[in-house]
Amino acid sequence: MSEIQSDERRVASVVEEIAGLVDGGFQAMEVCGTHTVSIFRSGIRSLLPEHIELISGPGCPVCVTPIGEIDRAVRLAHRQDVVLLTFGDLMRVPGSTSSLSMARAEGSDVRVITSPLDTVEIARGEPGKKVVFFAVGFETTSPAIAAAVREAQKSGIGNLFVLSSLRLIPPALRVLLSSGKLALDGFLLPGHVSVIIGAEPYSFLPREFSSRGVITGFEPLDILEGLSMLLRQRNEGRAEIEIQYRRAVRAEGNPRALRVMDEIFIPVDARWRGLGIISDSGLALRKEFGEMDAAEAFDIPYEEVEEPPGCRCGEVLQGLIRPPECPLFGVRCTPMHPVGPCMVSSEGSCAAFHRYGGMR
Amino acid sequence: MCLGIPGKIVAITGDLAEVDFSGVAREVSLLLCPEVHEGDYVLVHVGFAIQRLDEREALETLELFREMERSWDE
Ligand code: SF4
Repeated sequence: MSEIQSDERRVASVVEEIAGLVDGGFQAMEVCGTHTVSIFRSGIRSLLPEHIELISGPGCPVCVTPIGEIDRAVRLAHRQDVVLLTFGDLMRVPGSTSSLSMARAEGSDVRVITSPLDTVEIARGEPGKKVVFFAVGFETTSPAIAAAVREAQKSGIGNLFVLSSLRLIPPALRVLLSSGKLALDGFLLPGHVSVIIGAEPYSFLPREFSSRGVITGFEPLDILEGLSMLLRQRNEGRAEIEIQYRRAVRAEGNPRALRVMDEIFIPVDARWRGLGIISDSGLALRKEFGEMDAAEAFDIPYEEVEEPPGCRCGEVLQGLIRPPECPLFGVRCTPMHPVGPCMVSSEGSCAAFHRYGGMR
Repeated sequence: MCLGIPGKIVAITGDLAEVDFSGVAREVSLLLCPEVHEGDYVLVHVGFAIQRLDEREALETLELFREMERSWDE
């Protein structure tokens, strides 16, 4: 009980500190979907002075996966000789005509996994099938997938394939800033992506854009502290990358995880929903692991697909509009009947606004 | 999707650790974070330890987790 009280006191004192630091408007982007959810759930917005605006960014891996990539996974799932594995978040994301959960209802073998290591076990247990892992995620998740690929190769498993929709965060931030459409005072940078990559990959923010960022943890107190650090930087005229989430993030990241990731994957140009093609922002298997690359092993060319009519997820992901500004929000598009991915994923801003009420 | 949960290493066998998450034990891979010992706190994501945590701060985080869970459940 006493610890809870002391947490409440800490929250109150950081909120007070923030109030003292605000001077005019202040706009920060929380890049990561996990931040978005934590901000909504904890009611942080209601604690903040009115002039502070938090904008959700493109850090929901499911939301930025283009429809054409969902379609490719659905096409693979429909094959009789394929077992398709993926993380639960992707199941309900609508492709152009179907989703993975619809494919499963129609009899396809689609399974949800919680760890990339499961893929190796399942491939071992299904020697007569081609087991395809539809992999979505950012730097947080990619090293774990790389480790599983390495394990599969080491143990001579020949029937595991990876359909990679893995993406990297820093190139997306560069595109957001280059567009010049956002007037941001700073970024709350994603804590768990940064556990892996550290602080250096963000150094272009201050260097090239005079922008600032604080690598922030996910508890309400972390987020408030991150904001207070951003405000301090702004007030003191500094533009730097700082680490608030010190209990988990080291400046150099996790070198071992980076090494494993680099051993297996190579950066390639990738499409982002709402942001278009961004150079070196995706991860593909290196040549040495080419036989495990589902894009090579199967005939599944990428087909460009139009966004669902009326869905403004693209603008939501760039922080250009709030979900309630989409005419379909809450009317035709709800978490039960999502039109776009920002409403499907629990980390999507449309879903968060819908669930927790779209205040400021 | 980038959720990481702190837990305490109870036992280590090769590349695998048994990790205690507030009373629930799970098997966790140490392939990405090999330099850990029994008793250490680690941050776990999709079945992999991805970083060792400072013990005092890990405990604080766990307390915050529980507190947040209580308030979400309401
Ligand atoms: S409310 Fe639905 S239709 Fe509108 S932008 Fe969000 S996901 Fe797309």
